[in-house]
Amino acid sequence: MTSAPDLASSYDLVVIGAGPAGLAAAALAARAGLSTVLFDENPGVGGQIYRAITSSSVKDRAVLGEDYWAGAELAAEAKASGALIVTGATVWSLDPTRVVGVSIAGQARLIEARRVIIATGSLERPFPIPGWTLPGVMSAGGAQTALKAQGLVPSGRTVLAGGGPLLWLLAAQILRAGGKLDAILDTMPRGNWLRALAHLPDFVLSPYFSKGLKLLREVRAKVRVIRVDRLEALGDDKLREVVFGTADGERRMPADLLLLHQGVVPNVNLAIAAGVTHVWNERQLCFEPVLDDDFNSSVPGIAVAGDGGGIAGGTAAAERGRIAAIAAVRALRPEASVPDVQIVRQKLQREAMGRAFLDWLNRPADTFRQPTGNTIVCRCEEVTAKQVRDTADLGCEGPNQMKAFLRCGMGPCQGRLCGLTVTELIAAQRGTTPAEVGYYRLRPPVKPITLSELASLPIAEAERKAVER
Amino acid sequence: MFKRLAEAGTPVAITVDGKPISARSGDTVAAALIAAGIDHCRTTPVSGAPRAPYCLMGVCFECLVTVDGIGSRQGCLVPVREGMAVETQTGRREAGR
Repeated sequence: MTSAPDLASSYDLVVIGAGPAGLAAAALAARAGLSTVLFDENPGVGGQIYRAITSSSVKDRAVLGEDYWAGAELAAEAKASGALIVTGATVWSLDPTRVVGVSIAGQARLIEARRVIIATGSLERPFPIPGWTLPGVMSAGGAQTALKAQGLVPSGRTVLAGGGPLLWLLAAQILRAGGKLDAILDTMPRGNWLRALAHLPDFVLSPYFSKGLKLLREVRAKVRVIRVDRLEALGDDKLREVVFGTADGERRMPADLLLLHQGVVPNVNLAIAAGVTHVWNERQLCFEPVLDDDFNSSVPGIAVAGDGGGIAGGTAAAERGRIAAIAAVRALRPEASVPDVQIVRQKLQREAMGRAFLDWLNRPADTFRQPTGNTIVCRCEEVTAKQVRDTADLGCEGPNQMKAFLRCGMGPCQGRLCGLTVTELIAAQRGTTPAEVGYYRLRPPVKPITLSELASLPIAEAERKAVER
Repeated sequence: MFKRLAEAGTPVAITVDGKPISARSGDTVAAALIAAGIDHCRTTPVSGAPRAPYCLMGVCFECLVTVDGIGSRQGCLVPVREGMAVETQTGRREAGR
C-alpha cells in the first residue's frame, strides 16, 4: 500500500481515474519511460465498467460476460508497466498549473505534474422522478457495482426502469446470476426511432448490433417489458410501490427495489474545477470538455481521456487513453518509442460506429429529465422542481445564481446529481438553451476533505518562514 | 433487498450502531449495510428524511456514515476492516448540535 508520504513531489504524468482510459494511458506512458502515477479513489482498479476486475466475487464468468473480463488484461498491463498505481486515493484538487491535491488514508499531498490526464469517466444521468430519494430506490449502476464487486444480487420484488444499453446489460447479468426481475419499465420514447433510423446502417455494421439484439432477446424471454410515459416511487420511509403510466392508463406494482437508469454523462467536476472549457452536446444532452484530436483540453498540459471527454463507451475509452498518453510521451520524451498513433485512431474510429444510433435511440424523454411539482431535483439540499422553475420565472438566469436562492448544488455531491436537471429546467423555463444557461461553477476541493487532512500537508521551511513573525 | 451470490471472501466482523454485523472481505461499508438488510444509513440534515446508498460509486453522497468516529465518510469508498465501528447519521440532530 502506497501512503501519501511515499509519493514523489513531482511526476512526468499524473493520471486520475483507473478505468479503461486511465489504465491504458498509464500503462503506455510508463512503458515509454515517463514517471507515471495513477490515482483512483475506489478500493481497486477498473473504474465502473471493469469494477473490481482484480477482486470480483463473481467467479462464474458467464454472469458478467466476456466484455467485462476483457478488463483484466488492461489491469494486468498497467500493473506490469511500472506505473505507480494508488487506489483509495482521492484527488480533490487540480489547478491550471497542474498541481494535484490528493488524499490517501486521511493524509493529503500536493503533487506537481508535467502532464495530467483526467480519466474520471462517466456517471449516471440524474433520473429525477417523484420518490427517487426513498430507500429502496437505487441507480442501476449501483446494483451493478454491488454485483460485480460483492456478488450481491437483488432479491425480493425488483423493478428496473429507464433505458439504454447498460440497463439491458444489468438485467441480463441479474438473470444470469439467478436473480428475478418483476418488470422492466421502458421509459424511452417510441419517437426516438425516427431520429435513430438515419444511423441504422452504421449501427448494423457495428459490433453493438449483434450484441444488443442477443441481450434484448435474452432479457425479453424472461421479463415483462412495459413501455411507460410516467413513473413514480411511493412509500413512507421506504419504497412500497411503483406507479407508472402506460398506453392503457395508470398501473401500480408493489416493489422492494426500484433500479433507475437513463444513460451516462461525463463526470465533469474535476475538469471544470481545473478550468477546462466545456460545451453543451445536444445529441447526448450533457456538457463535455472541448478537446483536440489528442484529447488535450483548453488548459495546457491537461488532457481528458475516456467517457469524461464525451460518452463513447469502455473499449473506446482505452483507445482514447492511449492517444492522450502518446501525446504526453511525445511532448516530454520525444525520443521514446510509442505505438503508431494512426493505428490507434483507426481502432477508435471503428469503436465509434453505431454510437449515433444508440445515442438517438436512447435519448431520454423530456418528462424524465425536466421534472415538475414537488419532485426533488437536488437530493442533498432537498430542492424541488417547482422551486427551481419558480425561481427561474422570478428572473434567476443561471445555476450559480440559483445556488444563492435555493442552495441547490451546494450539498456534499456538489451538483453531480442535480446539475444537468437544474440547467435544463432553467433553460426550459426561460425559453433558452442549456448551452446558453451553462453549468455550475465548480471549485476545489471537488471531494470533501477534513481539516486534519489539509493540516497534514507537508510544509516547506520557506512556507513556514513566510507566515512566522 | 439483496442476497449474496456466493459466500466469497472471508468474514469480517464490524458493528453498526453498536450491533455486530457479519461483513465479508471485499465489502465496502455501504455494501455491507445493504447485504445486512439495513434499510437506511442516515437521515437528511434538511427534512430528516431517511436515505440509503443510491449510486455505490462515490457520486451521490447518500451513503454518508460515521466510520470509527469520523463523520460523513462515503461508505461506498471505504473497505470494511475487522472491528470497524460504523454509525448511521441522524441529520437534523447533528446539524443542531
